[in-house]
Amino acid sequence: MSKTVKLRKGLDIRLLGAANKVKTDVPMPKVVSIKPTDFHGLIPKMLVKEGEAVTAGQPIFQDKYEEVIKYVSPVNGTLKAIVRGAKRRIMEVQIDVSESQDFAGGTAIDVPGMSGDQVKETMLSAGLWPFVKQRPIDVVADPNQTPKAIFVSAFDSAPLAPDFDFVLHGKEKEFQAGMDALAKLTEGKVHLTLNGKAPADATFTGAQGVQINKISGKHPAGNVGTQIHHIDPINKGEFVWTVNAQDVAIIGRYFLSGKFIPKRTIALTGSEVKDPNYMDVIIGTNIADIVKDRFTSDNVRIISGNVLTGTKIEADGYLGYYDNQITVIPEGNQLKFVLTKGWLGPGFDKFSNSRLFPTFLTGSKKFRLDTNLNGEERAFVVTGELEKVFPFDILPMQLIKAAITDDIDNMEALGIYEVAPEDFALCEYVCTTKINIQDKIRTGLDLIQEECM
Amino acid sequence: MKFLEKIVHKQEPKFAKGGKFEKWNPVFESFMTLAFTPHHTTKKGSHIRDGVDLKRTMVTVIFAMVPALLFGIYNAGHWDYAVEMGDRDIAFWADQGTKIWRGLMIVLPMIIVSYGVGLTIEFIFALRRGHALHEGFLVSGMLIPLVMPADVPLWMVGVATAFAVIIGKEIFGGTGMNILNIALTARAFLFFAYPTSMSGDKVWMSGLEETGGIDGFSGATALGDAASFMTDKMTVAGTEVTSDIAISTFENNYSLMDSMIGMIPGSIGETSFIAIMIGAAILLFTGVGSLRIMASFFLGGWLMGVVLNAVGGNPYFDLGAEYHLMIGGFAFGAVFMATDPVTAAQTNVGKLIYGFLGGVVAILIRVLNPAYPEGVMLAILFMNVMAPIIDHYVVQANVKRRMKRLKTA
Repeated sequence: MSKTVKLRKGLDIRLLGAANKVKTDVPMPKVVSIKPTDFHGLIPKMLVKEGEAVTAGQPIFQDKYEEVIKYVSPVNGTLKAIVRGAKRRIMEVQIDVSESQDFAGGTAIDVPGMSGDQVKETMLSAGLWPFVKQRPIDVVADPNQTPKAIFVSAFDSAPLAPDFDFVLHGKEKEFQAGMDALAKLTEGKVHLTLNGKAPADATFTGAQGVQINKISGKHPAGNVGTQIHHIDPINKGEFVWTVNAQDVAIIGRYFLSGKFIPKRTIALTGSEVKDPNYMDVIIGTNIADIVKDRFTSDNVRIISGNVLTGTKIEADGYLGYYDNQITVIPEGNQLKFVLTKGWLGPGFDKFSNSRLFPTFLTGSKKFRLDTNLNGEERAFVVTGELEKVFPFDILPMQLIKAAITDDIDNMEALGIYEVAPEDFALCEYVCTTKINIQDKIRTGLDLIQEECM
Repeated sequence: MKFLEKIVHKQEPKFAKGGKFEKWNPVFESFMTLAFTPHHTTKKGSHIRDGVDLKRTMVTVIFAMVPALLFGIYNAGHWDYAVEMGDRDIAFWADQGTKIWRGLMIVLPMIIVSYGVGLTIEFIFALRRGHALHEGFLVSGMLIPLVMPADVPLWMVGVATAFAVIIGKEIFGGTGMNILNIALTARAFLFFAYPTSMSGDKVWMSGLEETGGIDGFSGATALGDAASFMTDKMTVAGTEVTSDIAISTFENNYSLMDSMIGMIPGSIGETSFIAIMIGAAILLFTGVGSLRIMASFFLGGWLMGVVLNAVGGNPYFDLGAEYHLMIGGFAFGAVFMATDPVTAAQTNVGKLIYGFLGGVVAILIRVLNPAYPEGVMLAILFMNVMAPIIDHYVVQANVKRRMKRLKTA
């Protein structure tokens, strides 16, 4: 039985620089990098030394405390360097890509004939497991748990997000195979949630063996957390797993061919990009060749992911493990004079959820927003603004305050098990007092994981 | 503005950590951020942020108070002039030049004292805590003069401001942490510490207290007169009346139209319902003020007035419910005081309850306790204290909803 959900709350931030539906070819990168920091809370244990050769799908490190979870090389090559940060924490594992990317011939794996445990083992050993994330806590799924449901969102509503209908068009088989494999992992349902506002691609509408739901509204309608909350909310002690739609196709590809080919279509977007468009890249790719000569200005911030939840990377940095897009926006590290561009200015260049700027009149105008905080951090003063962009039956400000004060009882009572930092991204965006809300929620989740899981 | 920018860039290192004037960084930053939105960029989480900040929010509230302030200046000047002429019925719109000038002479010093004292204290605390000045006082500093009677001595404004900022706010941790509304704390302090300067019928018109006025001249406000209906000696504008004609004399002296425009004596900012409503429109349109609180506050007050009308039996009980919304500080309190987001209820449902009860209690105190003719101040302070309890029950309702889901699942 499918569900239809309509959201009244939320916010679509209208940014310039959406990707045109054109794909360009990019050469294979010279270096790829897997960043353990992309997997929150992971402490990696290296399995390969610097200078050793690796092949695509070969484990390069594993979770120190959950050794069955392997993280594999996306390419054939040589381990170039293990980049360490403070306290010798492993920040990056860089791999030189060799010229030959012939994947040793694998064979198709027959999913319908397998048991759930067999599928799980296959995915663990093949390095597909990190694609599966769990709620609560929003980390790589714990393979010892059984989820009550698995959620896949068929669209991304974040600013400038890639269009999944475009990137997965024609990949019905791979997507279906991935969904079949996921269905084996749960005794409950696999939910595929479509955008209620636009017709979806046949890849999604034709999916079999899943419950297809529809959700319509502004961002964060496409966030899997919003969908879980409205379709099958998580209570204490329950687990839900989520997989990104493109990663479902990667999983499916493995079961169809026996080869680990972690290729994705990403969008290069943002107001500072010439002709933003789509391209096929490998996970962890070095972006230097991709973004070369593509900027329209110098002082830019490059984000792996979207502007609300992405990670800042350098122009020679690497694409994040889960990210489907690169966004380039101007840096805002300039002083802004009070009467022209500052707090007392007319504000025709400022996008705001409030009506304190005249831009609420400019219906569909798109904006070139920079990374300036547009103010300074203060204690919470304004009330009621977070609620407008938070389509959960959860009191956002009270939950944030509980997280800030390490109040476990109140966090549990107010619904911490249902949320991930990304669900609070819009709250963080609109917050007048410029509090780093996602970070506070993450700290709260860390405490919950430590004390209650 | 390049030249100002150059100065900032040149001076900034001196105030930075390890610089020559490191200790004075909060002062530097306070002024720098006044002139420029700083070059701070996002570090964690969302890479872009909404254009709105606390400065713009607060300055919007100040803009919203301007109509009430301008009218208050004229009104104060008018009654000052009336006292000198010894004629309470002097034409309101005549001799504007003189009245504006006199009004300015009364109100401006109060604003200067309020901001001067308040900001000095704020800077001292900012220096001690090592952070830039927080914006909360920009609004409080303007609200304090607006809730004062015209004849209040300036030193009292200073003392009250100091009390409100230190005891009302800074000991709790500063902007965003206070429990009671700052401006009302200032007024309540004076009300209980110097009652003769804050109530009675001498204080509402400047100059009346020194000269004592001319015989037969009364400085009574509509609220003071109405409060006298609860005592043995009913008066309207200085003339004693009997209970059967009390209401009609009252309505003659303070017509609903006069009260709406604000041509009656009272605290500086509170008299003009229309000017306050212009402010309310600004606050509601920009979304800075909460419609939930304002509307439910007015509704609560009006319903309480209707209930009292139904009980009847005494001229004050019989006074039209709509009058209660016009006279005294009711409208001003509902629009500018009750909506203070820090001290009000914080949940959406809580705001409705908070506003409604505030309105009810305001009229209840006003009518049933003639010792406190201005019930609004006490009602809002009382509701400030109650707001966390209201929120607690709203939050518990949300929590219970989640618990229930667990049981049915």
